[in-house]
Amino acid sequence: MPQLQHEPTAEEIAKNRLYLKMGLKENEYERIIEVLGRKPNYTETGLFAVMWSEHCSYKTSKPVLKRFPTSGPRVLQGPGEGAGIVDIGDHQAVVFKIESHNHPSAIEPYQGAATGVGGIIRDVFSMGARPIALLNSLRFGPLTSSRARYLFEEVVSGIAGYGNCIGIPTVGGEVAFDASYEGNPLVNAMCVGLINHEDIQKGQASGIGNTVMYVGAATGRDGIHGATFASEELTEASDEKRPAVQVGDPFMEKLLLEATLEAIKSDAIVGIQDMGAAGLASSSSEMASKAGVGIEMNLDLVPQREAGMTPYEMMLSESQERMLLVVKKGREAEIQEIFRKWDLYAAACGRVIEEKVLRLLHHGTVAAEVPVDALVKDAPVYHMPSQEPAQYRARQEQEAWRPEITNYKEILLNLLKDPTIASKEWVYNQYDYMVQTNTVVSPGSDAAVVRIRGTQKALAMTTDGNAKYLKLDPEAGGKIAVCEAARNIICSGGEPLAVTDNLNFGNPEKPDVFWQIEKAADGISAACRTLETPVISGNVSLYNETNGQAIDPTPVIGMVGLIENVHHITTVSVKAPGDLIYVIGRAKGEFGGSALQRLLTGDVFGRPPQIDLELEKKREKQLLSAIKAGIIQSAHDISEGGLAVAVAESLFNTKLGASLTISGDNVSELFDETQSRFIVTVKKEDAERLTTMVEDAYPIGFVTDGPRLTIQTEDGIIIDDELSFYENAWKGAIPCLMTAN
Amino acid sequence: MKTAVIVFPGSNCDRDMYEAIQCGLGVEVEYVWHAETSLAGFDAIMIPGGFSYGDYLRTGAIARFSNIMPAIVQAANEGKPVLGVCNGFQILLEAGLLPGALIRNKNLKFMCRTVGLEVVNPHTMFSSLYEKGEVIRLPIAHGEGNYYCDEATLAKLKAENRIVFKYQNNPNGSVADIAGIINEKGNVLGMMPHPERAVDALLGNVSGLRLFQSILKHWRDSVATVTA
Amino acid sequence: MKKVKVYVTLKEGVLDPQGKAVEGAMHRLGYPEASGVRIGKFIEFAMTDDACSDQNIRELCEKLLANTVIEEFRYEVEEVTSP
Repeated sequence: MPQLQHEPTAEEIAKNRLYLKMGLKENEYERIIEVLGRKPNYTETGLFAVMWSEHCSYKTSKPVLKRFPTSGPRVLQGPGEGAGIVDIGDHQAVVFKIESHNHPSAIEPYQGAATGVGGIIRDVFSMGARPIALLNSLRFGPLTSSRARYLFEEVVSGIAGYGNCIGIPTVGGEVAFDASYEGNPLVNAMCVGLINHEDIQKGQASGIGNTVMYVGAATGRDGIHGATFASEELTEASDEKRPAVQVGDPFMEKLLLEATLEAIKSDAIVGIQDMGAAGLASSSSEMASKAGVGIEMNLDLVPQREAGMTPYEMMLSESQERMLLVVKKGREAEIQEIFRKWDLYAAACGRVIEEKVLRLLHHGTVAAEVPVDALVKDAPVYHMPSQEPAQYRARQEQEAWRPEITNYKEILLNLLKDPTIASKEWVYNQYDYMVQTNTVVSPGSDAAVVRIRGTQKALAMTTDGNAKYLKLDPEAGGKIAVCEAARNIICSGGEPLAVTDNLNFGNPEKPDVFWQIEKAADGISAACRTLETPVISGNVSLYNETNGQAIDPTPVIGMVGLIENVHHITTVSVKAPGDLIYVIGRAKGEFGGSALQRLLTGDVFGRPPQIDLELEKKREKQLLSAIKAGIIQSAHDISEGGLAVAVAESLFNTKLGASLTISGDNVSELFDETQSRFIVTVKKEDAERLTTMVEDAYPIGFVTDGPRLTIQTEDGIIIDDELSFYENAWKGAIPCLMTAN
Repeated sequence: MKTAVIVFPGSNCDRDMYEAIQCGLGVEVEYVWHAETSLAGFDAIMIPGGFSYGDYLRTGAIARFSNIMPAIVQAANEGKPVLGVCNGFQILLEAGLLPGALIRNKNLKFMCRTVGLEVVNPHTMFSSLYEKGEVIRLPIAHGEGNYYCDEATLAKLKAENRIVFKYQNNPNGSVADIAGIINEKGNVLGMMPHPERAVDALLGNVSGLRLFQSILKHWRDSVATVTA
Repeated sequence: MKKVKVYVTLKEGVLDPQGKAVEGAMHRLGYPEASGVRIGKFIEFAMTDDACSDQNIRELCEKLLANTVIEEFRYEVEEVTSP
């Protein structure tokens, strides 16, 4: 928004309908007048505009999010605070959340991604937790497009630049490439933190008379209306919105992190919230509304780095690396001393009041006064119309696609070269995944594993989502996304604890898109219930459309699991020649939405693979028991590309090979994507115990010495190659595309 | 042996270094904040990695002016072991305790991986428990690890046998594949790879342990000599 | 009041991979005629008249603003005309 010489008056806003430009709808403006009993002034209109944006209020997604199971015996904090909290025993808890920064990354990818990381880190330490790991889920258009390469390179640099500097290891994640994301890259950042129960903080402004303190960087004009920008589709005009992208300073955040964690040790703090989307506006109103109180702030006391900032600008600014604290009255000096040590501002700028309003003072006058509940609790909620698209019915009734393959070697090679499947080393070698010296399993396996010092425990963590399945059937796809995440945790030796979700969809005002959101949420909910992984936090990113074309429905599931004892930690890599290779679960010839279907036809169609949640749960439990019994040498879930790809991935970087004997339909056995399947290796002497503990396990071969992959079928040997033939292609796929011009 | 781990605003690997000394090596260790002015009572000084002062201006450029720096220089002059890892190395260079400078990696990207290092000089107080020519694997994680010095300096380093570690496969363009060097006195070591990340069997690599054990051995021998 | 403008550049013999990368990008943008790209830093600050001696500025540059192992510097001093 351009700097205005003179702020429009309440009358001018009404007459010229300026509220529409700020993102408010006609009916919303009328509602504001009803709530206030008068027309809102410029600052007040701005407050409502950002607080009632989709990004801040979740007005179209709330009814859908209500369907998620959010409680459980271990849940200490569900959705509603900075991040969710799950107990892990020994008076410790794990804190985590995922968040998106899609729209800013499309405009300014480095800063968009960097500030996305910064924001999610603040969400975690605002709960009092020390961040111990970062993960990210990224999606771009195919790397054959120079724009996609540019976005990919800059986003990865941005994540690296921020995460490495602040010293939190980026240990995992996923990257996928598809035409669906050409105009709308997806950048979802997840942060995991560790906390002792007694240090848990909340974002609530409790205690009438307590002091509201602003800490961190000074406020500038960055990112004003970032929240409303995130609630819109991208068009050619979006480039002009560059000023709406914030610039991050990871060093500043490191100082803020250390100072905040130190300040929490003193019991002077009663509430903390990070200033993220809609900065001061959201943090102050949300803290007040959650505590059932009001806040009065004197904006003259807010640290400013630009001259002449108006109340509107100060409240809406999205300058980074700032937090709002509520401190016990009289103890402000203690807090200031701690922040001064770290060279940070800590300004007392307001107080908690009984009247449930947000009152802003500026230059001796009341610049704005608005009931807090109107901004937060009582923000509008819309029940959008939902319409099953005709295509869906047609697809469900389609006959199952049967691929014809003659050249297995070429197919496997091409699957491994697909950038979505290929090695992501190019990406994660730019991330410091070792800092803090707790990373036991680095990027490259199924889930990352971070040990908990001082205990025998560890945490497994992953982000997953397969949008192709959702495109065909959002409910089934939603279930599968949760199951995939759980499989990755199980294969690492962990028990899945809880989920954080990032829903990335198109324009919810379109009934077929809203239908996707609803159905996906239903699927996610069903799976979370069966697998007992409540949704404890999450984020919604809507309006991911360019010129009217929506992205594939892409909910990303972040999951954390608890590994009871570090001895259970398992990776995908085979360990010794002679070990036997077993598959859990038979292939049923399901190819809808599969990597093979994409490879051979350039499209996806039909029904996605079936998912039986009870069967999934049973297999997961049995596999985890086998891992805890110490008989599993390696474990990997079978997903994109099927068994052949999973076997190859288990061999890469090991200098070992495999000899497989497949029976049944070759194409299905090797490349189909039937769900709830795993590939494991065991020592010969443990084979019998495996089949006793894991019902659906059957042998397919053994690990060999020299690095060769041999696959024998009823029709003879169909693959017999040096593993390096596949490994080099898999490793080189992304680097080759990035250096080619 | 009492060890100091210096902490600047923006240091990240301070805790890693602390744990490596306390748990890996098993001796007394304390954090020392950059605003302190004394290192009295400490026998060994560790300057850990990270992004002190956000790498503003140049990495290590601002840290070298902090209050604690004169005490570090004094400790170096007194012959105490001073180890600078990654950002620590950068700070020692900026402070003039070691010659040369570190610039951006040749490929312009941050790199995190484990690399092979050749132990060139096993006769220093940091490397005495390694063999000459031994290849060890240590993690690197840096964007500005490209060591540079002019011809004259390089000749001097070689002549005085002050190159301690060399990369087997130079990942960042460092001149003469240099990964770690010592000062003339032999008690100040600066290195880009992270030995403190390789002291815990759970994480899969303990090659760094002998470096810390070498420092301890040297200290014990020197204390024994004094009391004998 | 004076305004000091400092230009810090890499020494001739020091490899500048950033400069090389930018040069490549210039060529791809359609300007093969561009060459010898070197990337440096520009720092400016105000200084009171009495403190603004060559000696003082040199010290600031040599000790802080430039790393003389790999960089060289030059500077300009301007009079600040009040608005």
